[in-house]
Amino acid sequence: MKKLLSVALVCALSLGTAVLVSGCGGSSASNGEVNVYNWGEYIDEDVLDAFEEETGIKVNYTTYSDNESLYSVLKSGSGEYDVIFPSDYMIARLIEEDMLEELDFDNIPNYDNIDSDYKNLEYDPDGLYSVAYTWGTVGIIYNTTMVDYEITSWDALWDEDYSGQILMFDNSRDAIAIALQRLGYSINTTSEEEIVEAVDLLVEQKPLLQAYVMDQIFDKMEAGEAAIAPYYAGDAITMIEENPDLAFCLPEEGSNLFVDAMCIPKGAANKENAEAFINYMCSPEVIAANCTVTGYSSPSTAARELLDEELANSTIAYPDSETLSRCTVFTNLPEDTLALYDSEWLRLKSE
Amino acid sequence: MKSKRLAIPYVIWMAIFVVVPLILVVIYAFTSKSGGFTLENFTGMGTYLKVFEQSFLLAIIATVICVVIGYPLAYVMAREGERFRKIAMILIMLPMWMNFLLRTYAWMSLLENTGIINSILSALGVFKLINSIFGTSIEYFSMINTSGAVVLGMVYNYLPFMVLPIFSVIEKIDSRVIEAAQDLGANSPTVFRRVIFPLSLPGVISGITMVFIPSVSTFVISQLLGGGMTMMLGDLIQTQFLGNAYNPYLGSAISLVMMVIVLISMAIMNRFGDGEEGAVMF
Amino acid sequence: MKKNGVFSRIFMGLVFLFLYAPIFVLIIFSFNESKSRATWTGFSLKWYQELFQDSAILNAFGTTLLVSVLAAAVATVLGTLTALGLMNMKRKSRNILLTVNNIPMTNADIITGVSMMLLFVGALGAINATLGTNFKMGFVTLLLAHITFDTPYVILSVMPKLRQLDPNLMEAAEDLGASSLYAFRKVVLPEIMSGMVNGAIMAFTMSVDDFVISYFTAGSRVQTLAMVIYSMTRKRISPEINALSTLLFVIVLTLLVIINLRQSRQAKAQAKKEAVLRGASPDSELERY
Repeated sequence: MKKLLSVALVCALSLGTAVLVSGCGGSSASNGEVNVYNWGEYIDEDVLDAFEEETGIKVNYTTYSDNESLYSVLKSGSGEYDVIFPSDYMIARLIEEDMLEELDFDNIPNYDNIDSDYKNLEYDPDGLYSVAYTWGTVGIIYNTTMVDYEITSWDALWDEDYSGQILMFDNSRDAIAIALQRLGYSINTTSEEEIVEAVDLLVEQKPLLQAYVMDQIFDKMEAGEAAIAPYYAGDAITMIEENPDLAFCLPEEGSNLFVDAMCIPKGAANKENAEAFINYMCSPEVIAANCTVTGYSSPSTAARELLDEELANSTIAYPDSETLSRCTVFTNLPEDTLALYDSEWLRLKSE
Repeated sequence: MKSKRLAIPYVIWMAIFVVVPLILVVIYAFTSKSGGFTLENFTGMGTYLKVFEQSFLLAIIATVICVVIGYPLAYVMAREGERFRKIAMILIMLPMWMNFLLRTYAWMSLLENTGIINSILSALGVFKLINSIFGTSIEYFSMINTSGAVVLGMVYNYLPFMVLPIFSVIEKIDSRVIEAAQDLGANSPTVFRRVIFPLSLPGVISGITMVFIPSVSTFVISQLLGGGMTMMLGDLIQTQFLGNAYNPYLGSAISLVMMVIVLISMAIMNRFGDGEEGAVMF
Repeated sequence: MKKNGVFSRIFMGLVFLFLYAPIFVLIIFSFNESKSRATWTGFSLKWYQELFQDSAILNAFGTTLLVSVLAAAVATVLGTLTALGLMNMKRKSRNILLTVNNIPMTNADIITGVSMMLLFVGALGAINATLGTNFKMGFVTLLLAHITFDTPYVILSVMPKLRQLDPNLMEAAEDLGASSLYAFRKVVLPEIMSGMVNGAIMAFTMSVDDFVISYFTAGSRVQTLAMVIYSMTRKRISPEINALSTLLFVIVLTLLVIINLRQSRQAKAQAKKEAVLRGASPDSELERY
């Protein structure tokens, strides 16, 4: 038995080494690497292969589920990243805490493809740290075979008739923003009272919920496991493609308009490769490929022209200006409000 | 070879990789966000009392269920012939070689509203039957995303840790001791109560330790089967280190408190069980 | 002890059904045509094909095997040496060390993971600041963490074997002129071998099954299989993983069956030999098997 086991162990070892070597071997003589840390389900993965092929730079690709987790991982110093994709308010926070590198735009000539509407926005007023990747809105996605009315308001997420079939955001900023909007407050409020009131509303909602989710929502909504959920518009498009019974609504109370952008965290080991990657991601073809797969909206008119007509004219991805006027962009919150968000969020989750 | 110096490398190893990290946790627990000394991480912990209660409650329930299922199983297994025993052992250990995340994930497919169990019940007409009897209109049993599902996940994942130590202890009980008891006139229940059970206690104690500790600190099972609705201590800690409310200082303080509570309860239990030097599971 | 009745057997059957139901689900749905986890749409082998083209999963699988084998190997050597050293220590210092040794085993995984992450991040930060390097957590820290939680199991399985060993054996061998290394190899090692093998297997199993400690100590560049699966559960799990676990299940099962067949064959041969030596009919002895 011992012999056999040692043989088995040796086999395992050599197999492991073989797999490792064959996995990494091909690119060992290449032009270095770039560590990309992106949201889940947020890229056309073929783009990564194409980039590797074109530049000889190996891409190490990993994913996170929300801005706050991204922040934790960066702050804890546990990982090693060259390109990240934070949203607007998180970019502002990272800039404020000196956690981003300034970009060298000489290495990113494709930046010209990005519309000027998506440059020098409030979160990065001088346009030094970020290159817009996509943008979108937050709304309600629901299953029309399970919900028998047309949803127009955030109230639907508190509808007792659908108790046990409602999903909710599993991150503090998005979840609390919905409650704030339902109460008619600003999503960027710093008033402690308003925030506590919003979280109380979420506590009230908790018994009606099936689960707090992020990307698990794809599975649950597509399979008809849940009826109503708030999520990002781009993902709604992807889900509707899979399950045509689903519909999307941008609530009348207003919503969040977000821009996700590519940044380089402070001290990144492969800054030039990261800039090459960002540059590649800004070519119209690549933007179009990514937008097609993710369903998110393109910040580049040149890329939008390459999109499939249906997607390019989708009102979910590109709402009219009247709808957009109802949407607000998140701003970074002062430190004590952020601390309040964290503790209130834990209060909700531990309730 | 008489040398105790052979242990030196590992003593150094333990100092660096076991002792220093724990000291770091203690230091972090008393540090404020701005870097100074503080007790705030502890004084504010009352907010999370509910998480503590919930974690300990669910872990205790899971442990009790594991004893209730695991003890009889180990007992009847130990009474089988040698060959059967071996096969049964393998069958208990085999799942441990498949990743526990996957096995837990498979439970999701089973328990969901549109999952396999509900589909089978629905195909069998169970829901129609229930609805016609009680005049209800249910289409599925809600099983996923409940505390019950979390307990099920714990029992499922940690049951082998209960069965194996109990089994190995009962298996080793000298049959002559039992025969002696029988010869002295003890009937089966008495033999079990006075001989087998006391002798198997060390196995039960190490089983309880090995089920309770991972249960109380799990963060994956509660995320997968609890849908983020049931927060456990493990979730609370993970959230603050790599999750969505970064605060390693508070996270360390909670870890420290949890560790102390667990250590105290283990000490009490070991005393109760006559302190066997960690009965090993295999 | 008495044999089991029908009820006991049924009870056992039910528990095993409980243990294996999700595994059967995994296996069945590895052959499913669609991505769905709960609806059967038709038989297909495509997930197996895709598995062998998915470098992320294969790499993670390789990392898992590599780290588990290396950690188990180092832990076996380190643990055996330590056990030998501990035997020669005074009772009091031995007990203190054994208590510390128990910490990684009895402590919650998440605390071990978190505390080691604090150590690695802090230490690497200090090193990078003084040397101007840019080290980050990765395979090395992952391996260090695995060795740390593996070694206690080896020590605990080697110690009992050393206790059973006659302390005079070594001396006798040395008196007969053997060097202490030679005496160790020829006298002690064979006696404690089974403990070492057991410890190594246990260490390997623990490493393969671990998720929590790896999650906190591996950094971002290396991923074990468990970590890949975890990040998949945050969105959707590809049935490729079902295919992989089915393959693993089959491999482990075959391995165990082979080992057992060999063992029982050896036992049979042994029984036959003994029976022949005693001049009895071999058949009566063999009936047990």
